[in-house]
Amino acid sequence: MRTDIRNITPSTPYTGLTEGLQLYAAGTSRQFMSGEWRTSTPVLDMEKCRQCLLCAPVCPDSCIPVADGKRQAFDYDHCKGCGICAAVCPFGAIAMTED
Amino acid sequence: MRDTVEIRWHGRGGQGAKTAALLLADVAFQTGRHVQGFPEYGPERMGAPITAYNRISRGDIRIHSNIYQPDYVAVVDETLLRSVKVTDGLKQGGAVIINTPKSPEEVRPLLNGYTGAVYTVDARAISERTLGRNFPNTPMLAAVTAVTGVMDKESFFREIRASFTHKFARKPEVIEGNMRALEEAYAAVEQAIRKQDTPLRKTA
Amino acid sequence: MNHTDKNCKTIQMTSREIRDRMSGNEAVAYAIRQIDPDVMPAFPITPSTEIPQMVSTYIANGEIGTEFIPVESEHSAMSAAIGAEAAGARTITATSSAGLALMWEELLLAASNRLPVVLALVNRTLSGPININCDHSDGMGARDTGWIQIYAENNQEAYDNYIQAFPIAEDPRVHLPVMICQDGFITSHAVENISLLEDDAVKRFVGQYEPEEFLLNPGRPVSVGPYAVSDYSMEAKKGQEDAMERAGSVILETAERFCRMSGRKYGFFEEYRMEDAEYVLLLMGSAAGTAKAAVDQLRQQGIRAGVLKLRVFRPFPAAELAEAIRRCGCRALAILDRCESYNGVGGPLGSEVTQALYRAKVYTETVNYIYGLAGRDFTVEHVFGIVDELRDVADGKVLPPDHKYIGLRS
Repeated sequence: MRTDIRNITPSTPYTGLTEGLQLYAAGTSRQFMSGEWRTSTPVLDMEKCRQCLLCAPVCPDSCIPVADGKRQAFDYDHCKGCGICAAVCPFGAIAMTED
Repeated sequence: MRDTVEIRWHGRGGQGAKTAALLLADVAFQTGRHVQGFPEYGPERMGAPITAYNRISRGDIRIHSNIYQPDYVAVVDETLLRSVKVTDGLKQGGAVIINTPKSPEEVRPLLNGYTGAVYTVDARAISERTLGRNFPNTPMLAAVTAVTGVMDKESFFREIRASFTHKFARKPEVIEGNMRALEEAYAAVEQAIRKQDTPLRKTA
Repeated sequence: MNHTDKNCKTIQMTSREIRDRMSGNEAVAYAIRQIDPDVMPAFPITPSTEIPQMVSTYIANGEIGTEFIPVESEHSAMSAAIGAEAAGARTITATSSAGLALMWEELLLAASNRLPVVLALVNRTLSGPININCDHSDGMGARDTGWIQIYAENNQEAYDNYIQAFPIAEDPRVHLPVMICQDGFITSHAVENISLLEDDAVKRFVGQYEPEEFLLNPGRPVSVGPYAVSDYSMEAKKGQEDAMERAGSVILETAERFCRMSGRKYGFFEEYRMEDAEYVLLLMGSAAGTAKAAVDQLRQQGIRAGVLKLRVFRPFPAAELAEAIRRCGCRALAILDRCESYNGVGGPLGSEVTQALYRAKVYTETVNYIYGLAGRDFTVEHVFGIVDELRDVADGKVLPPDHKYIGLRS
């Protein structure tokens, strides 16, 4: 039986959970705003960025989208502020700021 | 035939005692009997002594233990007589059937005081003559069938031929040799039975 | 056959009986050919090796379309089985002893992910000492993994139980994996008479596998086996336990449907000459047949003995077992374990059966016997000895030993 898993909360009785805790959806992590966990935020200085694209693949949360060979703005909904992108940037284009 | 006949096979790993027990179960099944054919596994290695068993019955067989008081014992390799007490528990009125060129009188001293019927058949010579190799289990199967009377001669040869035809579907050239091996062994034992004049077989 | 039943016989059987003879492993492989499952990952181990070997031959001969996955270990076999079943394929495997032990982690995952994998377990002792022969330590060791477990007395039951496994496992009320157990060598390698069913009848009985949710289902995505925080884990486990409880009625319904097809009746257990039995042996597997043969002989001597052969160990039919013992009113009960629990007081059946009796307030004398470890033979004479002891216990001549070995040199 497919149930809308968004209605399942920590107060749902055990009979209301799905069989084997199956999730009837794909890519659900996108709906989970892990950006709320962030205490330090990367900020990009476009003046310094050379579009070398070293930052995009090292992001553990895939928060640096790339389109047409250029990195786009940070996905702050999911960025946890780990700072790896700032550490790998050879041009000092990413600064970590305290929120 | 009694309601249930229990047979214990002694052989060495690789000689086909297990196969013989399974074949006997096979042909007995074809004649309408309830059957069991099973091996007892130890450290299964070529040459190690092995035991296999048959129960052949007119009714359901429920027991799943080994056989300690067999009606008949078949010894596929006479060298086992030195190390294995093959007649242990063998019932009065039963018989031991041994693959050896020797006579029953010659092997009896190796049987720990056993006084019952002994049949010998030179399964190795028969096999080498008919099959060109030493497959003692095939002649032994015929000898055991002849002595135990678990089925009549005609049924045995009919069903074993059917079984071989199925088993050797890809090499039919070996069927006739196997049949000759069975016939020779069966005839030798029939002759021995007449000579001993023991009414071993209780007819069905 | 042993299990024909009056109620069944009155119904038109839906399969012709095919009389044959084969070993227990052959019987399971034959059932697999008839069922034609989608996927079989397997790794060989004595004494279950013949099953994947024979299935491979069926596949090579083009008789079935099963995808055989030759894996490098049993850990991988069960992992692949979980993946295949989650993907939507009817999946089977077979193993024994250390092979089952190596599947440990995945056994629990198959059950908690509610995947109806069917495993043919050919019972063999767990090392050590290393030994290839039968006891139930492998199956009993996996008793808390969430798998349904059904044990067979002979080749016929191994075949019949195997066919029934699929409708039980795949029932939407259950969705749990099933272990179909038979005694290594004693039945797996013994040729016996067997009554087979027609291919079409088996196919109809098992039906097409149509899972409600599966991974390879475009447009209806599903995620299987997600991490669960403590807010949800305990609830998930209770949900799984509920499914195991529901499996009981599904097992009985399936047995009834199987009876209409075959004429052979099955339940949680078989009661053999129990009606007026004063002394009862409760046991599982091939030794039950030996016990029945011994009981027949004891009855001829006027000793009222009976056998309760447990078929379904998981779910454990505690209330039904206790009721059967209450009904027969036996004076003493022998509980036989082909497994040692190393708890100092007996085996797993000993613990669970006495618990069932106590909770149902059935206070009969019980003795827990350990027998048949690592292939130690169990004979009718052993049964005679047990019944002798039960009589002495019931007569108050001896105190019941709480834990006793059968056939042990001492």
